[in-house]
Amino acid sequence: MSSKWIAVIATSLLCYAIKFLGHTIPESWLARPRVQRITNLIPIVLLSALVAMQAFTTKTKFEVDHRLAGITVAIVALSAKLPFPVVVVGAMAVSAIVYRLKV
Amino acid sequence: MSVKRDSLSVGLAVGAAGAAFGAVAIAGHFTVAQACVLSLVLFSGASQFSLVAVMSSGGSALSAIITGAFLGGRNGLYGVRMAQILKLKGAKRALAAQITIDESTGVSIAQKTLADQRTAFWYTGFGVFFFWNVFTLIGALGAKSIGDTSAWGLDVASPAIFCAVLFPRLKERKLLIAGALAFVWALSITEFVPAGVPIISTVFIAAIVGWN
Repeated sequence: MSSKWIAVIATSLLCYAIKFLGHTIPESWLARPRVQRITNLIPIVLLSALVAMQAFTTKTKFEVDHRLAGITVAIVALSAKLPFPVVVVGAMAVSAIVYRLKV
Repeated sequence: MSVKRDSLSVGLAVGAAGAAFGAVAIAGHFTVAQACVLSLVLFSGASQFSLVAVMSSGGSALSAIITGAFLGGRNGLYGVRMAQILKLKGAKRALAAQITIDESTGVSIAQKTLADQRTAFWYTGFGVFFFWNVFTLIGALGAKSIGDTSAWGLDVASPAIFCAVLFPRLKERKLLIAGALAFVWALSITEFVPAGVPIISTVFIAAIVGWN
C-alpha cells in the first residue's frame, strides 16, 4: 500500500475516533483553563505554519514567487470583509495571472 | 422552517469549497479515489487540506497523520459540547460524531431552543456532508483535466482558505502572537529539518504561549 493510502486511512480513522471520543467523555475533563487555552491555540499555530509552508516554500526551500501576490490579495480581501468565495477565487486568479506573466 | 433552510444553505455554501479540496488534492498528486475517501471518511476540511499539504511537500505519512489528527482535535471539543445538546446513544451517536464539525456545531449553538439546536445540527451536518462530497468529486475530476495547476491558481487555494479560517480569530492578542511565532518558526527551520516537522513542531508554541 502506498504511503498516501496509509496516511488517508490512518488519519480518517484517528479523526473519527477523536470526534466519537468527544461525544463520550465527561465535559469536566476538558474544563481546566490551561487545557482549554492550549487546545484553542493548536489549530492557530498549525494553520499559520501551513500557510507559511504552502505559500513560501518549494520542496522545503524558502521561496517567494507568484503565490505571494495571491496571499496578499487574500489578506486585503479579508481585511475588506469580502465574502469567503471572493477571497479564495480572488487569490487564485491573481496568483495565476502573475504566474502566467512570468512564464 | 427557516432553521432547516438556513442549515441547508450553509451546507451548500461550505460544501462548494469541496471543489477546491478535490482540485488541490489532485494538484498535490493524490488520486481521485483518495480525495473522495478523505471527504467521505475523514470529513474535516482543515485536516484534509493539511494531509495533502504535508505529503505533497515531501512530508512523511506519519507527520501528515499527526498534523491531521491535531487539526481534527477541535472536532472532539465540539463533540463534548454537542453531546450535552443531542443526548444520544448507540448508532445515532456514532452517526452524529461523523458530522460533528465547525459548521454543524456553530449553526446549532447559535439557535435559541433545544429543538432548533438539534434540527440545525443534523441539517447543517448532513447538508455540508452531501455537498462537500459531491463537490470534491467534481473538483478532483475537473483538476485532472488541467495540466499545470499553478497556472490556475490552485497552489494558493489551500493557503488562502487557511488565511480565511485564521483571520477572524487573530483579533485576540495571544492567538495573533502564537500564529505569528508559528509562521516565522516554520519558515526559519524548513531548510534544516524533514518536511512536515516545521508544521507539527509548532504545537510546542501553542503549549508555551497557552501555559499561563
